Amino acid sequence: MSEVSVLEAVRETLDEALGADDRVFLLGEDLETGGVFRATDGLAEKYPGRVLDTPLAESSIVGITIGAAHYGQRPIAEIQFADFIHAGFDQLCSEASRWSWRTRGEQYLPMVVRTPWGGGVHGGQHHSQSIEAYYAHMPGIKVVAPSFPADYRSLLKAAIADPNPVLFLEHKRTYRLIRQEVDGAPAEDRIGHSRITRTGDDLTVFAYGLMLHESLAAAEELAGDGIECTVVDLLTLNPLDQETILEAARATGKVLIVHEDTLTGGLGGEIAAIIAEQAFEDLDAPIRRVAGPDIPPMPFHEAMESFFMPDRAKIAAAARDLAAY
Amino acid sequence: MATVTMPQLGESVTEGTVLQWFKQPGDGVALDESLCEIETEKVAAELPSPFEGTLGEIFVPEGETIPVDAPLCTIIEVAGSAPEEEMAPVAAAAVDGAAAEAPAPTADHSRAGVYSPVVQRLATRHDIDLAAIAGSGRGGRVTRKDVQAIIDEREREAAAADGIPPAAAPLPLPDGEVVPTPGVATVAPSDAYDVVPLSATRRKIAENMARSTAEAPQAWMMLEVDVTGLVALRTRERERFVGVDLTYLPYFASTVAHTLTDFPEMNARWHGDELHRYRRVNLGIAIATERGLVVPVVPNARDLSVAGLARRIDDLVARAHAGKLRIEDMEAGTFTVNNTGAFGSIASNPIVNHPQIGIVTMERVVRRPVVVDDDAIAIRSMMNVALSFDHRALDGAEAGAFLAALKERLEALG
Repeated sequence: MSEVSVLEAVRETLDEALGADDRVFLLGEDLETGGVFRATDGLAEKYPGRVLDTPLAESSIVGITIGAAHYGQRPIAEIQFADFIHAGFDQLCSEASRWSWRTRGEQYLPMVVRTPWGGGVHGGQHHSQSIEAYYAHMPGIKVVAPSFPADYRSLLKAAIADPNPVLFLEHKRTYRLIRQEVDGAPAEDRIGHSRITRTGDDLTVFAYGLMLHESLAAAEELAGDGIECTVVDLLTLNPLDQETILEAARATGKVLIVHEDTLTGGLGGEIAAIIAEQAFEDLDAPIRRVAGPDIPPMPFHEAMESFFMPDRAKIAAAARDLAAY
Repeated sequence: MATVTMPQLGESVTEGTVLQWFKQPGDGVALDESLCEIETEKVAAELPSPFEGTLGEIFVPEGETIPVDAPLCTIIEVAGSAPEEEMAPVAAAAVDGAAAEAPAPTADHSRAGVYSPVVQRLATRHDIDLAAIAGSGRGGRVTRKDVQAIIDEREREAAAADGIPPAAAPLPLPDGEVVPTPGVATVAPSDAYDVVPLSATRRKIAENMARSTAEAPQAWMMLEVDVTGLVALRTRERERFVGVDLTYLPYFASTVAHTLTDFPEMNARWHGDELHRYRRVNLGIAIATERGLVVPVVPNARDLSVAGLARRIDDLVARAHAGKLRIEDMEAGTFTVNNTGAFGSIASNPIVNHPQIGIVTMERVVRRPVVVDDDAIAIRSMMNVALSFDHRALDGAEAGAFLAALKERLEALG
């Protein structure tokens, strides 16, 4: 049994994938020297020629990844910060997502695009964004956003094994913040399920990434006051695990959805719609969302950043209000 | 008032037996909630209520058999949702926007008449007068928990009236004092064992197994099959296969279906004094679920490719585990395949799925030394295939020929 951070979980899983399959290779900016977050530290030396530096050109990083996957490789691209992935948007959403459909299912693209996302690191407007909603909207791209190291291991492994394009989101604030005891090989897992990580009968909280940890902290605080929360770790953002979402929503009839992405058009709206459509008769209160405000950039200054980011105090306040409804 | 009739559970079924009523006259019934368990010669199934309301009269006592379309019971339907007087005070909700900001004082009844969907649904189902409840929510709103507490309380009272303790623990009184629950000692089961009531599925399995072994004299034989070629083939194709994991089962099912084409005497069902030989192979696939064994059918299995079978079987397995198999999934099987190798078994003696007359198992693939070319030893992937058959319908010679042909086809793969 050893304790690993999110970052170590990612690195170990990449290491194992490179070791297990000659078709796996990594490409991205500054990867040969270990990457800006050190996710590929030591891998270029261990696997010569299979950890490749690219120019600062996200469109071509994704394009090369598509081509390599098409020719039978198992490429894993890193976009240095999710904020820059939109330069590859057209490649992902107009090409990769529909390859299988264009070829009537005869061809597929076993590719992974990893990228650090999210705020809370004083990264300012170009190193803090939440980009998941743009891509989770796109059928044909699976979007995964784990919260705990064990899930980073099992779901990154599942993403590499998946025959479809997978966008694998790594919350940069949790890279070294979140540690977990893990043992043995990554669990066999599949993309597309969510997990109820805590049960309580007063309200249900849905979250992912850093916000899952903030939600769990809020739930712990609320339990001290007799308010018991069910907390769901969404894990996969596309496709959403409707079965688990509905089960958890029905368990309490009161739903709070948390994301640091801005409110309008965020995933909270889709989750709320699923629940409203299919569990209307189980609802005991209006569905609530706690999300970033509709402001384009994440501020740099600490006070401003705190204003922007949802956190355990904001989540707890909304939860108390909902519980009292 | 609506009448519920005996459904036709499967083609060619003309009558059904009521095994058990889950509801009694006067009970609330939700849409699709199970009314009773019905058994036919093909399947036992729970009958979902086609209406929401209250169960009126039951026409058919447990154990009685009636024809399809004959009346089973009546249901007094719910008109609209809640009674009108409970819906009336909604207008009060509009004025309390500002009041919501501050913690609600107990005297605030601004939301007393605002009922959420779940509260209305529970109140309707359990016949609860919402206006009589002092809500614990904001503005005196009646919450789901308020309603649930009343339902729980009623269940406790009903159980106490029946002399059945709701749980092993004594009931705490509202003031905190704890008294022993009356009647616990007399109905407590022995410490030496736990009493496990049988589920409908378990009862059905038990009945089928007992009937098959009681009625059909079954013989058994087993052959060793060299599946080295199949192992290589599956390894190659699995890599390229998208969507579902490609196991040995679809290859095996496909080979069995094709072999049955040459042995129509095996692809048959026993019906008293006649044997029905089927032109199509409707292949039953034995699936172990948490609820017990089920054997859904892949109709016309011979018409499907290995890939098609893989997807059909994957779909059946998924729905079997989710408890979502339909009546038509269970119908008209003509032969059954059982993947006992999945449990690690290398030899098993299956029970024929009566009235079918044959069942084969595929056992675990094992790498072991085998004598080949008369005088050499090689490491080969070997699998045992076991066949049980109804000896009334055919004899060892035919069954053996079928098994040998199956072996030949399996060894030719890859």
